[in-house]
Amino acid sequence: MTLPPFQSVFDEHAQAVLTFLIGAVGASEADDCFQETMLSALRAYPRLGDGSNLRGWLFTIARRKSIDAHRARARRPTPVADPDPGSAIDAPAGTDDGLWDQVRSLPSKQRKAVVLRFAGDRSYPEIAAAMSTTQVSARQSVHEGLKKLRRELR
Amino acid sequence: MTVDHAVTSRFLERAEARGLVDVATTTMDSPVGTLLLMATPKGLVRIAFEDENRDDVFGEVAEHLSPRILEAPRRLDPVRRELDRYFAGRLRDFGVPLDWSLAGDFARRVLRTTARIPYGSVASYGEVAVGVGTPRGARAVGNALGSNPIPVVVPCHRVVRTGGAIGGYGGGLPRKRFLLALERQSGRLPAGRGL
Repeated sequence: MTLPPFQSVFDEHAQAVLTFLIGAVGASEADDCFQETMLSALRAYPRLGDGSNLRGWLFTIARRKSIDAHRARARRPTPVADPDPGSAIDAPAGTDDGLWDQVRSLPSKQRKAVVLRFAGDRSYPEIAAAMSTTQVSARQSVHEGLKKLRRELR
Repeated sequence: MTVDHAVTSRFLERAEARGLVDVATTTMDSPVGTLLLMATPKGLVRIAFEDENRDDVFGEVAEHLSPRILEAPRRLDPVRRELDRYFAGRLRDFGVPLDWSLAGDFARRVLRTTARIPYGSVASYGEVAVGVGTPRGARAVGNALGSNPIPVVVPCHRVVRTGGAIGGYGGGLPRKRFLLALERQSGRLPAGRGL
């Protein structure tokens, strides 16, 4: 079976791929991800033996690119390098159950780590990167922060 | 439905920069109908008249060259300009580079010989056969001309029957008649190079 010209593949599936990527990585990064997806696809296209599921093939590439984008974002320091370290990362506003008030009163390093872990849902490598520290130290800050919270909420 | 124009042109730009557009394609209007033009980095590789099935043409190119076929009109700008001037009677000899990949060895020899027939004149199938060194191969020459991948620019329309009958044409006889008449008329004017 002869593969259709890549132009037809692009015309037929580009919108669906872009929509998928907006959902997966957000609107601001979707365009770059989309370009990477389509360029990878174009590069590999002549070697694609089976053209019966081109949409599935494109989505596999798009999914891979979206994972790459998430990883790249994790490696980029989240903007926390505030000149006033006390204000950079804080407990979510508008929660009044007392718990976050306690979090706010934690020492700076513990507060940041706890917020990133539980409000930001970040992994330890991400937290370490965001705080410019090691994973071990990030874990320790979260651990100590939680221990202090437990003590004070008791 | 496809993505907006800016996204598409950004993609095309990057694909070109990375050398991933093996075949650029576009269409243009002409007095002999819409022409489908295709070029590789080497040069113009295919011209198709509008009554050829698009999917068949793309399929042929995808199979023999590459399926990395993208609409990239800019790469074909020089070809379009020359064709426009030709159809206006202001261009006699095409100068754009050609890619012969879609013609077999014999057809290539026939077509190169054909390309030497001057603007506004004709040669017979037999004369072309002599030119390629197969004096008795007039029929084979006819077949090779019929498979010309780059009609108009490679002037297979200038080959007619001995005695003046028009012979055949892959793009249909009305087109052949039109092209010969165009060259006959413009040929009488002073050579129309430039404006």
